[in-house]
Amino acid sequence: MLSDFGIILLFFILGVVFVAAGLITAAIIRPHHPNPVKQSTYECGEEPMGNPWIKFNIRFYVIALVFLLFDVEVVFLFPWAVVFRDMSRIGDTVLWFAFIEMAVFVVILLAGLAYVWAKGDLNWEKPRPYIPSLKDLVVTKKS
Amino acid sequence: MEHQILTFYDWVAKLSSSELVALILIVTLPLVFLIVYALVAILGELKISAFIQERLGPMRTGPWGIIQPVAEVVKLLQKEDITPDAANKPLFNMAPFLMFTAAYAGFAVIPFSSHFVPAGINLGLFYIFAMGSLAVIGLVMGGWASNNKYSLLGALRSVAQIVSYEIPAAIVILSIVVLASSMNLQVINANQGGWFWNWYVFGGPGSIWKLLVIPFTFGMFLLYLIASLAETNRTPFDIPEGESEIVAGYHTEYSGMKFAMFFFAEYANMFVVAALLSILFFGGWNSPFGDFMNGPIWGVFWFISKSFFFVFVQIWLRWTLPRLRVDQLMGVSWKVMTPVAFLCFFAVGLWAMLK
Repeated sequence: MLSDFGIILLFFILGVVFVAAGLITAAIIRPHHPNPVKQSTYECGEEPMGNPWIKFNIRFYVIALVFLLFDVEVVFLFPWAVVFRDMSRIGDTVLWFAFIEMAVFVVILLAGLAYVWAKGDLNWEKPRPYIPSLKDLVVTKKS
Repeated sequence: MEHQILTFYDWVAKLSSSELVALILIVTLPLVFLIVYALVAILGELKISAFIQERLGPMRTGPWGIIQPVAEVVKLLQKEDITPDAANKPLFNMAPFLMFTAAYAGFAVIPFSSHFVPAGINLGLFYIFAMGSLAVIGLVMGGWASNNKYSLLGALRSVAQIVSYEIPAAIVILSIVVLASSMNLQVINANQGGWFWNWYVFGGPGSIWKLLVIPFTFGMFLLYLIASLAETNRTPFDIPEGESEIVAGYHTEYSGMKFAMFFFAEYANMFVVAALLSILFFGGWNSPFGDFMNGPIWGVFWFISKSFFFVFVQIWLRWTLPRLRVDQLMGVSWKVMTPVAFLCFFAVGLWAMLK
């Protein structure tokens, strides 16, 4: 009657309907007495300070970028993985060729990972701040 | 699917002489299962945590506290729903929908038995993986729209974590696809038929030479177990909702039924990853003992008991291990798990080629 993806669409619809049904049932039986204190932003009982949309660590962006690279790579590798074993029917040369092709593709990205790693972008800890000492102020003769 | 003779769908359609009944049943049965499972898992979590900490857990509601989860749902239904004035209301209200729908949509391709799968699509594994990632959007939506520092920090941490652990998980799934030559979960299950040494955790079906690949497949299982814990935000990877630091993370501002939906989605995700573990590595609906206790009906039993075992493992780990620090978390994912996952991937690829 329906195709498999039609059934998946039905799953999506049922999921939305289920949440809506739960929320509507709750809306009917729950109390509703809003007041400004109750509706204020929660910050452990204190008055919220400043804008909640704060600046956040730049490392999150680096992680997101590295993730994006690897995820795209994985997307490309999925079709390869499905047909890889069946290539033995064509011949061993093709099989080896497919394997080496994949290896080249992956190793290029692994080199990228190694680069990010060596650059220290995978270290979450902050680099130790440089504390100037008296030595920095004294100009030695040598220099 | 050529190996299916008469699926559940066909059987109901024949019995009731209407495909509509079969369609309704095949779509709603997973939801009924999910609700029952969530109630059982909530009680299980309460009781297991209690026993691990030498307490009794809930004892008052019903005999031995077994009605406790129902009581909690009723309580959450009656709770006042507070939307902060500062929140971005459309996104704030949409986030629970997205979270739960994404979690439930994953159930569409889970094969409960050789004859019961709502949608046996060839892209099954890819689809379920995509649905797992969709939850991230719900998280960010809820965390950002709450207009709360705790929520935003929780959502950011959670995204960084899920995104980092998705890479090892994806590589492991890729290796399984290499072994199975298919992304259809039914085919992956069918490949592992027979005795338990045909499961992919033991290298899949093959000659004695598969002993060489067993260390890698077992390593893949461990990698996926760890990654699945991280993807469902369970301890030891629960810094997104670390109570001691950021109150409740991305759902700090949620109350009442909306919070319940987040909670529900978490339990649904727990089942989806547990089901994936049992399908990919432990034969899914296959009996461990060859033809003994094997068949469509027994398949449901085996699949559900294997999946429940992994749900139990998740709960068990939650109450055993402390929380990781954020730098340890990222370090483990990028510096240990990703290279090891690639090593396993190459090993499995080589083995699949030489066999």
